[in-house]
Amino acid sequence: MELAIFAIFAALALVSALVVVLHRDPVKSTLSLVVTLFATGVLFILLGAPFIGVLQVLVYTGAIVVLFLFVVMLLNLQREARRSEPGGRGQKVFAGLGAAAFLAFTAIALWRATGGAQTGPLAPDLVDLQSFAIELFGGYLLTFEVVGVLLLVAVIAAYIVAKRPEPASGSGGDSNPEGSR
Amino acid sequence: MTTQTVAMLAKLGAFLGILLTTVPVMVWFERRGGALMQDRPGPNRLGPFGLLQPLADVFKFIFKEDVMPREADRGLYLLAPVLAVMPAFSTFVVIPLGPTIDIAGQSIPMMVADVDTGVLLFLSLASLGVYGLVIAGYASNNKYSLMGSIRASAQMISYELALTLSVVAVLLPVESFRLDRVVQYQIDGLWNVIPQCIGFFVFLVAAFAETNRLPFDLPEAESELVAGYHTEYSAMRFASFFMAEYAAMTVLSALGVTLYFGGWHLPGVDLAALGIWGVLIGAGVLVAKICAFLFLFVWVRWSFPRFRYDQLMAIGWKVLLPLAIVNLLWVASAGLMGWL
Repeated sequence: MELAIFAIFAALALVSALVVVLHRDPVKSTLSLVVTLFATGVLFILLGAPFIGVLQVLVYTGAIVVLFLFVVMLLNLQREARRSEPGGRGQKVFAGLGAAAFLAFTAIALWRATGGAQTGPLAPDLVDLQSFAIELFGGYLLTFEVVGVLLLVAVIAAYIVAKRPEPASGSGGDSNPEGSR
Repeated sequence: MTTQTVAMLAKLGAFLGILLTTVPVMVWFERRGGALMQDRPGPNRLGPFGLLQPLADVFKFIFKEDVMPREADRGLYLLAPVLAVMPAFSTFVVIPLGPTIDIAGQSIPMMVADVDTGVLLFLSLASLGVYGLVIAGYASNNKYSLMGSIRASAQMISYELALTLSVVAVLLPVESFRLDRVVQYQIDGLWNVIPQCIGFFVFLVAAFAETNRLPFDLPEAESELVAGYHTEYSAMRFASFFMAEYAAMTVLSALGVTLYFGGWHLPGVDLAALGIWGVLIGAGVLVAKICAFLFLFVWVRWSFPRFRYDQLMAIGWKVLLPLAIVNLLWVASAGLMGWL
């Protein structure tokens, strides 16, 4: 039963990840990304980490990709034309090389971490809600707070970039610029 | 079959029963209640008080022609109503119906998904609801539908933030994501609506926006966008969106009742000591409280005009979000001082 669910969702994650890269319609790509992230969330739950699985769905599937989709739809991106892009050939070669290098390094990192041995399933005392919280707000508290500050800085930066220039003072009788838009 | 399996089937039946009966009754009440508030008769021909009208509507939806636009994206067009209905129905699984009881020596919790991540599971499933709306508008290949979808995605993302923050404030003193603990906390103390009235206000307004109900029904604003994201849908597929909206209202009401009004708690009666009767009475109390919430949804719909889109965004980001943060701060500091 568990193996069947794993097989279905692992296959779903892989296939939809391929569709994300290969499909020519940006909206369909984004929707495939939704499927990929949802399937990954299910895999987390199967691994015995329901909290991370649910967060994955809540944060990525339910919020971030909705924003992607919003932007894609707002810009009204059309189906990519069926011709090779400028510089398509060189791009493909470098993309292939990059992917191969990434795969190799991931494999090496995995090998170093596990030494080629089979790893057991995650123990509940590693990933259940309480121990996760104790880890996060204990040993990793500083990292956690630094990431929070980093996100705050990003928000402020985005605000500054997106802010419209102030109209020159006294140039117009517009006393309520917020409501007039 | 084991006791657990039987209990699980019974619980699933109860949940589906509650959801599937609420939807037609709500449709009836929306039309008759709305008529009452506007001093007109409403649909009163079929059965006593027009109660059979929803049944007639169902038959009409089933037998109507299902029109699909020629230029629509076929796959996504057919997928969208399913995606709209599924999250609305699946979120109900974490709401406790009554106290945990012992049958044949096994303790049986009265929710379908008895998991530690309770409320988070609800929120993450609910956050998927937006895809049905967005895909519907995109796949229809109609500018009004697309406008409705874009509005829906921006609106639901914005209000989800305030909704989640108000829920977090409830969970803080309970020290758990489990909704049965939330109910127990309120039985031992006060209903959360009293210490967290600001949070409840934020939750309520955000719930209206999340379910696209007036005064926040901009994704389907009929005076500007024909019918918004479901303009191109007809027959049973249109009815699916309709059902999803009412089911979403019901489950969000259930969440609101559980978080702020004690869930199945009947003040003065110890339902946990009554065994199976406690569960039945508890479920009845829960449904009664949900009905009160749903009445409020209808009442507000027929009383308030629609907001403008810039007003909607201003309310979400400049009023509700700061209020939710203030509420969270108040609850956190009150908990720190030992007042809660």
